[in-house]
Amino acid sequence: MQTYDLEANGLRGLNSALQELNGSSNKTAWEIVNPKGSHAIAVGLNSPVEVTVKGSTGYYCAGMNQQATVRVEGSVGPGVAENMMSGTVIVEGDASQYAGATGHGGLLVIKGNASSRCGISMKGIDIVVHGNIGHMCAFMGQAGNLVVLGDAGDALGDSCYEARFFVRGSVKSLGADCIEKEMRPEHIEILKDLLARAGADAKPEEFKRYGSARQLYNFDVDNAQAY
Amino acid sequence: MDSNNIPRTVPIQSATFSNPINAEIRRAAATGIYDIRGGGAKRKVPHFDDLLFLGASISRYPLEGYREKCETKVTLGTRFAKKPIELDIPITIAGMSFGALSGPAKEALGRGASAAGTSTTTGDGGMTPEERGHSTKLVYQYLPSRYGMNPDDLRKADAIEVVVGQGAKPGGGGMLLGQKISDRVAEMRTLPKGIDQRSACRHPDWTGPDDLEIKILELREITDWQVPIYIKVGGTRPYYDTALAVKAGADVVVLDGMQGGTAATQDVFIEHVGLPTLACIRPAVQALQDLGVHREVQLVVSGGIRTGADVAKAMALGADAVAIGTAALVALGDNDPKWESEYQKLGTTTGAYDDWHEGKDPAGITTQDAELMKRLDPVEAGRRLRNYLKVMTLEAQTIARACGHNHLHNLEPEDLCALTMEAAAMARVPLAGTDWYPGKAGF
Repeated sequence: MQTYDLEANGLRGLNSALQELNGSSNKTAWEIVNPKGSHAIAVGLNSPVEVTVKGSTGYYCAGMNQQATVRVEGSVGPGVAENMMSGTVIVEGDASQYAGATGHGGLLVIKGNASSRCGISMKGIDIVVHGNIGHMCAFMGQAGNLVVLGDAGDALGDSCYEARFFVRGSVKSLGADCIEKEMRPEHIEILKDLLARAGADAKPEEFKRYGSARQLYNFDVDNAQAY
Repeated sequence: MDSNNIPRTVPIQSATFSNPINAEIRRAAATGIYDIRGGGAKRKVPHFDDLLFLGASISRYPLEGYREKCETKVTLGTRFAKKPIELDIPITIAGMSFGALSGPAKEALGRGASAAGTSTTTGDGGMTPEERGHSTKLVYQYLPSRYGMNPDDLRKADAIEVVVGQGAKPGGGGMLLGQKISDRVAEMRTLPKGIDQRSACRHPDWTGPDDLEIKILELREITDWQVPIYIKVGGTRPYYDTALAVKAGADVVVLDGMQGGTAATQDVFIEHVGLPTLACIRPAVQALQDLGVHREVQLVVSGGIRTGADVAKAMALGADAVAIGTAALVALGDNDPKWESEYQKLGTTTGAYDDWHEGKDPAGITTQDAELMKRLDPVEAGRRLRNYLKVMTLEAQTIARACGHNHLHNLEPEDLCALTMEAAAMARVPLAGTDWYPGKAGF
């Protein structure tokens, strides 16, 4: 286990050390102490390293992650795991706005609640939120799955494309062109797998599925009031 | 009196309800939808044509046109980046997307720019291998949509351009219509084939200059502080936008006026939102000077740059370099008269073709149609672009020497005068034959 004191040694040294790992290093487990809400912690990683952040972070923790597993033992600021390509990011606490924004792949698990715009413009990432999510989540979501064990705020899935949303609790309102959809057997399987990987104690049958009605896919002036 | 001999008033067309306006009213009434098109503002606005160079005289002497050197090199990104971009000429190629443009067109831009010793720029939809492969220096646009955005490509870039806005549609996003969404474009953007693809008007994970500063920190951390970070803004509030870009940590500010082109947006947006390029430059330079970073943070100006005279004028007003988009496409072959019969079939004519969003470009440039894009030979088109860039550079050098400067960067506002009150006010250079411009203290 490598221990890095962020307060003492600085951000550049940390990210540089983590980014230099190429999969052949035996330094596969890292612990970051004294994060103290710093921004851009463990960004741009591209190897199967395990990183544990002992405390809360600022913006963009684990941004653009590839392959790595990043666990935050605290809460995270805006844009955690933004544009993640692969790997896993686990937040033990709550997440601020834009969690998992534009993510292309990998798994983001938030054990607490996620604020507004979680999964905005998601492009293939899987996100599991154990608590509740705020308004405008998965806005313009293109691909991937957003799983919410609690409640969803206003305008879930507004203007979404092919992303899927599974919510166990209530949905305050659905966004433009987002509708409830039939939960078919293949969706139960997807959900079962995601819940297991996220360590979530819930049954797939308890969820409802939402997604695009595909009515706004091509511009039609008769839909102008929806925009 | 014979009623046949009574003099009659001649028919007078309304300046307000002109034939083009009435045609648009009829088109809107018939379709119920606004007009979408490509390109930049077509209306006449004060521009570089309204400025003249004074040339040398007794008070300053010229350099010999065919003997004495006039440097053109420019370095972009000297503020924070470990590897600034060094260009042979101060004319770069602006961001244009694969999707809006064909693969061969992107390749031609890369070939032409590289041969001329300058950079080209990606656009919405990500980086293509042919573009990276043929571009010696490639600027990677970081856009609100994040279509095709991935850290591997980010690290391949020679610079990163955070796009906040563009001159054709400041405050607006974009729409790539379904007819241009080929299998390849759809895959790069992670969307189904054939659907309209909305490009968002603002970034999904930051709002405001304080957030932007942190976003730039993240981008620098991911790229090891190696490459310059540009911030591109549309011309709206150039003083404050430039100041805020500097505050956020930009190495380079790219400022795009309303004549700058777009692949597609509403005509009403293109023609009625934003500032003319000429009106943008001096406020931006003033902001850089007020912050003490003029020349440390470089200013790239775009929007209606066509000739070496335009290049020289933009630089005399304080820009470090310019970017061209529409002019580069014309050099490749866009709107070429040899396609006139095909333009007519599309209901338009050479020089006016702007339905770039429909994907039917006879020149094979703004299309994803496999047959049409074969019409553009990327090698030959790249050669034309290189020639054009070289001519513009020679023209700018000619003017700079005539003004007594041994580097294009030494051009200055004092080399200029304005032909109109409007241009004098915007460029803050004297009206021709006077020592005065509107707003100058004492008047």
